[in-house]
Amino acid sequence: MDILVLLKQTFDTEAKIAVKDGRVLDDDVTLVINPYDEYAVEEALKLREAHGGAVTVLSVGTDRVEEALRRALAMGADEAVLIGQPSGADEFLVAQLLAAWASGKRFDLVLAGNVSVDTGAGQTALRFAEVAGLPHVAAAVKIEVTGGSAVVHRDAEGDTEVIEVALPALITAQQGLNEPRYPSVPGIMKAKRKTIARMDAASLGVDPNARTEVTSVYQAQQNRRNTIIKGTAAEQAHQLVGLLRGEAKVI
Amino acid sequence: MVRNVLVLAEVRNGALRPVSLECIAAGRTVADGGKVTAVLIGAPASFAPALVQHGADEVVVVAGGDYTPDGWLAALQSVYAERKVDVVFLGHTGIGRDLAPRFAQRNLAGMVSDVTDLKVEGDRVIFTRPIYAGKAFATQVIRQGLAVATIRPNNLPALAPDADRAGDVVEVAAPPADLRTVIKEIVRKSTGGVDLTSAKIVVSGGRGVKSADGFKPLYELADVLGAAVGASRAAADAGYCDYALQVGQTGKTVTPDLYIACGISGAIQHLAGMSASKVIVAVNKDPEAPIFKVADYGIVGDLFEVVPLFTAEFKALLGR
Repeated sequence: MDILVLLKQTFDTEAKIAVKDGRVLDDDVTLVINPYDEYAVEEALKLREAHGGAVTVLSVGTDRVEEALRRALAMGADEAVLIGQPSGADEFLVAQLLAAWASGKRFDLVLAGNVSVDTGAGQTALRFAEVAGLPHVAAAVKIEVTGGSAVVHRDAEGDTEVIEVALPALITAQQGLNEPRYPSVPGIMKAKRKTIARMDAASLGVDPNARTEVTSVYQAQQNRRNTIIKGTAAEQAHQLVGLLRGEAKVI
Repeated sequence: MVRNVLVLAEVRNGALRPVSLECIAAGRTVADGGKVTAVLIGAPASFAPALVQHGADEVVVVAGGDYTPDGWLAALQSVYAERKVDVVFLGHTGIGRDLAPRFAQRNLAGMVSDVTDLKVEGDRVIFTRPIYAGKAFATQVIRQGLAVATIRPNNLPALAPDADRAGDVVEVAAPPADLRTVIKEIVRKSTGGVDLTSAKIVVSGGRGVKSADGFKPLYELADVLGAAVGASRAAADAGYCDYALQVGQTGKTVTPDLYIACGISGAIQHLAGMSASKVIVAVNKDPEAPIFKVADYGIVGDLFEVVPLFTAEFKALLGR
């Protein structure tokens, strides 16, 4: 089965965030494959191992994203495509670019992360499904493909829904779906020799205008009381409950 | 600027979700004399009066079944297509997150996800949302056309109900839809129906909980408080609990009124998911644990000793 994986590069989740001039600074930050997208890559590779076919990873981003695509290739993806990101791109525009590239190509399954850990919007993959006319199942924690359909266990606010969907479809990965593999040394060597196809909005015939605009970015200061409650355990518990009701007024 | 607003109202466990009322209040904020229409899908019309009392001018009740992306998108789209609508609000809930991006895309609209605040400035609505799971915030506007937004539960206030408010209630049939996904089974796992992302109180456990059994005292405390139970990545990775409970940059982002962190050290990735909580309590054996830096109230001690005492104290206080 031929699988397309939509992939975004994000900050490492342990990275500290610094904002300057209304922009999140990324110069000294370690960039990684968005963790949820990495589950999607892993799942694609497992499905290919079981059913055959090829795995293509597709991203919209800057030149730095090549690093994330190389890692996906080193994990075992067959092909990688990078679409240059127009400035001020939003989820709407990114979805148009991804869908324009995929238009006319045939995939049995499209996988993506449930959400990205940077903007956390969770829009792009589902917008892609809408443009491409595909059904979707979001937040998968288990995927079983048999014949022309998939049975997906999805996280629905802590409950698990078991959903059946005919392929082709788009499925997004939730944490718990799998444990992504580390690239092997031969995998890394092979990935280095591969060519990453490049295109941009103009070559795809996409209007590079976003629907939304970010007008400011800032860091919030939280003033915390930082009160350490002393005494025996019983005294501590009694004091805490009193403070939560009397001072913080949350109980 | 007059704006007509459409709000998806959700019913869960036999009750209107508070975030739906928060969405209606947000609708009133941006409507500026326009109409606020609430849409109920596959829920009885008996919920309509409460929506009117909380600020809706009109309630459209669309017949239908359990949530499916295709069925509910067709239903929402049919209500939208028959009205002149400028803004659509949904809760940033399991359903809202699943439905809103497709609805926005179907109408080629801009969308802002997970809004925690909004204000009107002249002709523009300025939305505020957390980025990097709350390590920073962004303000965002829709440049043109229809505006779609999902509103994070428990951040914007609902309006007090006004029993004298009148509104129209319209019942319509389900529009035709090709349901391409089929629900085979729903396995209920969440305890007491308290959803982690919209809970007013969250009791969370970390590595210090030591085992799956170690979550027991946390569940007992949560039961007394009507709270949801969460976890750190360390606890989920160690197999002490399901990943569905994980709070953090990978995992859920929560903003309850009260967050009680038990045996959680406070890694950046966890703090990102909960540091916007209104009041934070930390219990940890290690006085140097970073969680204490973001806590309002800290207790240096053994959670297995302290948490059952909390439970007893709250039981006495709340008479439960």
